[in-house]
Amino acid sequence: MADLTTNFAGIHSPNPFWLASAPPTNTGEQVMRAFDAGWGGAVWKTIGEPITNVSSRYSSIDWNAQRMMGLNNIELITDRPIETNLREIAEVKRRYPRHAVIASLMVESTREAWHEMVKRTEDAGADGLELNFGCPHGMSERGMGAAVGQVPEYTQRITEWVKEVARTPVLVKLTPNVTDIRVIARAARRAGADGLSAINTINSITGIDLESFSPRPNVDGKSSHGGYCGPAVKPIALNMVQQVMADIIDGPSIPLSGIGGIGNWQDAAEFLLLGCTSVQVCTAVMHYGYRIVQEMIDGLSNWMDANGFATLNDLRGKSLSKVTEWKNLNLNYKIVARIDEALCIGCQLCHIACWDGAHQCIHVDRVSGPVDGHVELHAQPREFGRERIVVTPIPRLDPPKAHVGPYATSLERIPRVDETECVGCNLCSLVCPVDECITMVEIPTGLAPESWAERSAAAECTTPRVSE
Amino acid sequence: MEFATSPEIAQCFPDLHPAMDARAAVVEANRCLNCFDAPCMGACPTHIDVPGFIRKIAAGNVSGSARTILDANVLGASCSRVCPVEVLCEGACVLHGKHQKPIEIGRLQRFATETFYDAGGRLALRQRDERTQRIACIGAGPASLACAAELRQQGFQVHVIDRRPLPGGLNTYGVAEYKLRAADSLREVEMVRGLGVEFETRDVDAASLEELEREYDAVFLGVGLGAMHRLEVADAHTAGAGIIDALKFIAAYKTGTPLSIGRRVVVIGAGNTAIDAACAAKRLGAETVTLVYRRQRENIPAFDFEYDHALREGVEFLWATLPTAITANDTGLVLTCVAVTQDANGHLTSQPGSEFTIECDAVVPAIGQSPLLELLSQVRGVTMQRGRVAIDRATGQTANPKYFAGGDCVNDGREVVDAVADGKRAALGIADWLLARMEEHSG
Repeated sequence: MADLTTNFAGIHSPNPFWLASAPPTNTGEQVMRAFDAGWGGAVWKTIGEPITNVSSRYSSIDWNAQRMMGLNNIELITDRPIETNLREIAEVKRRYPRHAVIASLMVESTREAWHEMVKRTEDAGADGLELNFGCPHGMSERGMGAAVGQVPEYTQRITEWVKEVARTPVLVKLTPNVTDIRVIARAARRAGADGLSAINTINSITGIDLESFSPRPNVDGKSSHGGYCGPAVKPIALNMVQQVMADIIDGPSIPLSGIGGIGNWQDAAEFLLLGCTSVQVCTAVMHYGYRIVQEMIDGLSNWMDANGFATLNDLRGKSLSKVTEWKNLNLNYKIVARIDEALCIGCQLCHIACWDGAHQCIHVDRVSGPVDGHVELHAQPREFGRERIVVTPIPRLDPPKAHVGPYATSLERIPRVDETECVGCNLCSLVCPVDECITMVEIPTGLAPESWAERSAAAECTTPRVSE
Repeated sequence: MEFATSPEIAQCFPDLHPAMDARAAVVEANRCLNCFDAPCMGACPTHIDVPGFIRKIAAGNVSGSARTILDANVLGASCSRVCPVEVLCEGACVLHGKHQKPIEIGRLQRFATETFYDAGGRLALRQRDERTQRIACIGAGPASLACAAELRQQGFQVHVIDRRPLPGGLNTYGVAEYKLRAADSLREVEMVRGLGVEFETRDVDAASLEELEREYDAVFLGVGLGAMHRLEVADAHTAGAGIIDALKFIAAYKTGTPLSIGRRVVVIGAGNTAIDAACAAKRLGAETVTLVYRRQRENIPAFDFEYDHALREGVEFLWATLPTAITANDTGLVLTCVAVTQDANGHLTSQPGSEFTIECDAVVPAIGQSPLLELLSQVRGVTMQRGRVAIDRATGQTANPKYFAGGDCVNDGREVVDAVADGKRAALGIADWLLARMEEHSG
């Protein structure tokens, strides 16, 4: 079985699965239950001067009757006294010395406040510190959280204050609510941060109640923008993780703890392949509980075994070299869609998607009579269905309808790809509801690979020119 | 026209396919792939925009969904319960090709239409201006209701005339109670009445036909079929009230006056009506219900799913059996039968010496209805073909241009949805014909 032990800038944990700083890590009792369930580490719900929360606090987006594709919250940091949290951290570390406990911190932006907080937390026994410069709601209005993380100078200064006294590794948690996350990451690196975590939640309004006209979550008829997370944000998180890990301006990259929509081992593997050292999970646990980590450990370990990865270091960052700028992509690579007639169920979603949403090269014009082979004559498009007179088939009165063609689906319902017009965009294969029915097949062009950068070597195409 | 199903009957006939709740409907609606030129829509005789109405359920627009359904099929609520969806929309669902359960289109349609009606939803006129032309629809069954509703929605003046006290035709009197209650059929009729269609209860004979022809600009014949074929057996007269026509039996229990059938019931025939009668007899307390059919299992006119349902209800089947005589004895009836063989052409031969008897309390023939030749032959200029009214399929127009027809009297007894499609096509045909004539006169 693959070795999942993790060393994140000196923070050790039995596996790379950490709970993100959030309600699942609110108390020592919870964190200990999480460790019992299998979690390798926990980033404590952000500690600072206790706040007062509102109710309600969460809202979500459902997708096709599936709950919580995206979750949003307007909850603030811990509402429990600092000393209570620190006492419980000490207790957890006493009972679970091999697991990672990282304290998420947020205090007012003064050197003294940060120095005091760092010392007290480390005295309690935390293995590391995560500076919460990302919380997008509420705290940012008080000059903390994202108000710090959106300004590189503030990020750098406070990180420097922390590093003046910290004895344990310091992680800076990055907010995605900026134009270029790399600028903030560089500031943290310049200040001597030992690691980063990304992404924090994304500014969002999940929706409006169409009866009361109030946004969700409803707090006495009003709401506020909240932090968005869950499966919906994973692609955004992956992109930002790649941006940070591929950025070498101002020095080499430092370890990154990946966050954003991770719910199973496959999600985790993707973050690791883009260079993350550990991953953090919140929404999936808020949905299903701590038990999901069992599947994550098992799935990741099986996949590593199947691919010959003995340790996490063997796979970490393996996909980074495969992300490049558009200008470096091969213009002479050509693929086209192929429909497997034996699998096609005749829904014709590929046809309408291509026709209305892409490049008009999938047709429904196969003849309904016998054909010679699978290449067919092209009849005129059929009359629209409503005009046809149809009756309930009654065995006594109606001969069974003749089935047309050699496939399970009647030939007239199986669409046809015009390969000379197909641009290989993938859309049909994305909408096709049958696995492996539409595949994208490479058509050798006989041309040597050539990128836009190479083709336009003479032309400068870097930044848009704006005339004054 | 208040009508309430008795609690005893309601208890015997709970819904075969129970209603869906809102949450289940959304989950099911979200399984729909939203096919382009969807096969389910093509398979529906009324071409309901199935992906369209399902998408509206998924999006929480239930009233819009119901309007989409009712726009295509004004009896969308009853069709959702009585349609043989297995051979129509759901049978055509592409999910069969993925070895998955088809979308439960029938139950989703029921959810949308019933939620709409329960919330006070009503049918709407398509056009504000009243038209002066008057149309009489003879018969108040599904074909006439669909024809009347469409014409009224276009502003025409429509009268529906039926000889039975309750309107709705077979929807009210003839559908198995576990599929559709008489009260539900009548609620749907009220929706049509709410459009401004007028209903009358009276017999139509030769004299009144002439009068109707004078008074109305067009006449729609939605008269359905006539009485059940007579059971041709020896000594039938001795059985008296022990022989109960399946349609009369069904109509009686549905409208609150169930006929006595005793403990042992024999149903003759193997069509959908025979199955309905057999299952009803079982539910109304018969201990044994035997269905006697002269051909083999694979020849039955009933849908396969109806046969399977009858097996689950405990109905027994006797194949290749022909009843020859009925006599009465002290304890009930004695039905004499003979075994028959069938040759390759379907020709039946009785096997000499194979006679046997079945003791029973009631014999229920369900061997098909005869056409209403007596009435239809009195309609001037309307021609018949093999017992059916001959029409132009696209418009429903008969050989006499003033008469249109649809439903069982033209299609030899198909489903409710076929009658609705016929009625609507005829309504469009009538409207076109009347408006063209109006232009001729003014031009």
